[in-house]
Amino acid sequence: MNDEKGSFGVSGTGDTSGYGGLVRTQVSPGSSERPFGSYFDEVADELERAYPEFNAGIERILVDRNELTLFVKRSHLIEVALMLRNSETLRFEMCMGVDGVHYPEEIGRELHAVYALLSLTHNRRIRLEVALPDGDPHLPSLVEVWGGINWHERECFDMFGIIFDGHPGLTRILMPDDWQGHPQRKDYPLGGIPIEYKGATTPPPSERRSYQ
Amino acid sequence: MGLTMGLEEKLPSGIVLTSVEKLAGYMRKSSLWPATFGLACCAIEMMAAGGGRYDLARFGMEVFRASPRQADLMIVAGRVSNKMAPVLRQIYDQMAAPKWVIAMGACASSGGMFNNYAIVQGVDHIVPVDIYLPGCPTRPEMLMDAILKLHENIGDAKLGVNRERIIRETEAAALAAKPTLEITGLLT
Repeated sequence: MNDEKGSFGVSGTGDTSGYGGLVRTQVSPGSSERPFGSYFDEVADELERAYPEFNAGIERILVDRNELTLFVKRSHLIEVALMLRNSETLRFEMCMGVDGVHYPEEIGRELHAVYALLSLTHNRRIRLEVALPDGDPHLPSLVEVWGGINWHERECFDMFGIIFDGHPGLTRILMPDDWQGHPQRKDYPLGGIPIEYKGATTPPPSERRSYQ
Repeated sequence: MGLTMGLEEKLPSGIVLTSVEKLAGYMRKSSLWPATFGLACCAIEMMAAGGGRYDLARFGMEVFRASPRQADLMIVAGRVSNKMAPVLRQIYDQMAAPKWVIAMGACASSGGMFNNYAIVQGVDHIVPVDIYLPGCPTRPEMLMDAILKLHENIGDAKLGVNRERIIRETEAAALAAKPTLEITGLLT
């Protein structure tokens, strides 16, 4: 997908560390084809049987590192969630929380929301992932489906600026109420102050020389 | 100055005041009650210090008060976020004087490894600090050492005219001190 060189920090200064050769290539795993293995086929089949709009609502299915991820369109999120919770053969009673992810390089799909689901009845875990554009960061709230996700959605809003429509009280949960911006986005500055000590000044971490 | 408030203003600075100072200092240092202000990993070490193995009770300090009104020492154990800062200040303001503050660990003393937008870079931006205690996190032994040093300070505290003189001298020394950036030697 994209290459990452060296460690974090500013570029344009000389490398004195010897770690200049560090190159990490990040590749998106794409999607998987049936059979998925484990209980994943069963989950996918049951959802396809129970949910008539399966092909329209599910963008792709991915099995990576022995974990199943369903990529859902946000217009179908609530229906898919209800189906996963209510269907007798699926029974995902618990949502373990919602994570935000910021991919600034994916134009039109910058923000992702990732839901981890757990079925106590069948002892299964799957993951839902929804992508949404930065310009229109609205998602339907799933508080009506899984009540426990209330504070997780607030945190996701606080850190990533994803607005969960229909949430009973969508306010900041970690940062102060009057805070500007959403700190976990990739373009949010780290901040920090220069450290002054014994005749030398060390700039804050995000402005230090990059060891590339 | 709780205990001797009123009395000390009428006392001459002499043998009587010195004896009262010693007595008041001994009582204050022997039963210092900390307010519970655990914020992060340092709080775990602070709890260990209060437990049976390290046993702060030996120094009359085992009662961590949940109410700031009953406490006279605030051990800031952990990093203080910008959101927590007003809470910390309010707790400090609610404590009855005389009161002392220990900044426990690197984060409370200077921001530590969290040099970023969310964390207060040293709790001395909000409250006056008596002892800065390094460590990440600080071991209970070091916390006890800091507390004993603070006890020494409290035990030697002056009252009345002597106290005013000490405050004037300390402030003059602080104003004359060089900023850290201009310091070049080891301790000067």
